[in-house]
Amino acid sequence: MPGKRRVSAFDIIGPIMVGPSSSHTAGAVRLGRLGRAILGMQPRRAILGLHGSFAQTGRGHGTDRALVAGLLNMTTDDPRIRDSLELARDAGMNVSFRRVDLGEDAHPNSVEMTLSAKEQEIRVVGASVGGGMVEIRAIDQYPIRFTGEHETLLVAAEDRPGTIHAITGLFLEYHLNIAFSRVERRQRGGEAIQIFETDDPIPDDLVEAMEDFYWVRWARHIPRLND
Amino acid sequence: MFDSLSAMIALAQTQGQPLHEIVIAREVEQSGRERQSVWDAMHKRLLVMRQSTEAGIARPVRSLSGISGGNAWRLWQHLEAGYQPITGPILSRAIARAMAVNEVNAGMGCIVATPTAGSAGILPGVLLTLQEAYGFSDEQMVNALFTASGVGAVIARRASISGAAGGCQAETGSAAAMAAAAAVELLGGSPYQSGQAVAITLKNMLGLVCDPVAGLVEVPCVKRNAAGAAQCFIAVDMALAGIESVIPPDEVIDAMARIGRRMDPRFKETAEGGLAATPTGRRLASMIWQRESSEELS
Repeated sequence: MPGKRRVSAFDIIGPIMVGPSSSHTAGAVRLGRLGRAILGMQPRRAILGLHGSFAQTGRGHGTDRALVAGLLNMTTDDPRIRDSLELARDAGMNVSFRRVDLGEDAHPNSVEMTLSAKEQEIRVVGASVGGGMVEIRAIDQYPIRFTGEHETLLVAAEDRPGTIHAITGLFLEYHLNIAFSRVERRQRGGEAIQIFETDDPIPDDLVEAMEDFYWVRWARHIPRLND
Repeated sequence: MFDSLSAMIALAQTQGQPLHEIVIAREVEQSGRERQSVWDAMHKRLLVMRQSTEAGIARPVRSLSGISGGNAWRLWQHLEAGYQPITGPILSRAIARAMAVNEVNAGMGCIVATPTAGSAGILPGVLLTLQEAYGFSDEQMVNALFTASGVGAVIARRASISGAAGGCQAETGSAAAMAAAAAVELLGGSPYQSGQAVAITLKNMLGLVCDPVAGLVEVPCVKRNAAGAAQCFIAVDMALAGIESVIPPDEVIDAMARIGRRMDPRFKETAEGGLAATPTGRRLASMIWQRESSEELS
């Protein structure tokens, strides 16, 4: 079939994962990891709202433990996934679950993560779209879309002229090639989240330099999902 | 990978090479990685497969939901106690290992999705049991996994390997067909005979629906993995005897794709039909769902 991506031997024999389900377990681990990366640190408190099939068959598939394992930065093949709720408690992470209805347009395997640490709080909505592949669908009130298949830089900034010029200037300075970029904003002249996806790793210096702009509220490097 | 099994087999024939060499060469070319790194990645998967079979046989493994588990251990104990299985010493152990992997999967243990988590028992069950019976080296086992992956990639491209898209035939059917091609190669058959084994396996599993109780990868998935291993063995013995499929392998795969597309959605992993819709299936599902809503999610 034309347009289908090329299948690798390891798409067929793999991934190496903790069961039972690529979408409800492996995908949930990846969503937790992305949530943690978006907050920028390990959350002290996590309220996990499960939507649709995640709420209905989540416990039987270990979706709850898988999400928390991801918040603890585990990968899909980590044997400690099944003990993650206890490990989170030991690590001083306060976790609670609830059922949510994110509306008809939400993917049936969706989670709304409200994560906080060090006086920061962030709301992340993500979906597990099949075979362990995931998508972030919203951050705070911004509809947003990225998959974690690339190195990703998120920049939340005032929506004003010249910001993209300044940001891409920094990319040039660090010799980083931008594979994809998008801007999502809530209202004209308000705030916007800009997404940059690159092929090469994004250095910490670049993220710090980004945050030095006074009009940048926060910048975050989201490492590529490599499991 | 390849668009058709006929192209893959023809290339092996013109180059005078086994199927696994054709697949490894294509993977190296496609990924841009070194041959050794590609080979090592597959070797790592073999080791995880072996661990998952051993874990499910050493002790009874229970699933999170509690509706399945312990059967691989039960059969193994029975064999160890001297029971003479009517399936013979090789198939009976393959069946136990296939169930072991799926029980480990349902118990949140580590497995290799081959091609999916729900069908992950068949390839390790078949191949590791053949290794035990015939003394194949680990190198031969890794090569066999490449052959299996080449077959799986063609099925994924022409049809599907997802129960939600194509029913259980697409998951356990694909896994059994992949294992059959690899087993024929291990046992000295030709690339052509591997293709015939794929066709025979898939033909015998066409139409199989995906109807898991409560939507969980347990009932009937664990026992369907045992059945997939048996289907694989039937086809391998026929193909090695020179028996041919009247319908060529690629046409069988295309038939599976059409059947999958036309299959009622109730039979494609939605837990709304088949075994999931039986009185017992529904009772177990409502028990699990009530427990979920009253426990940690409340």
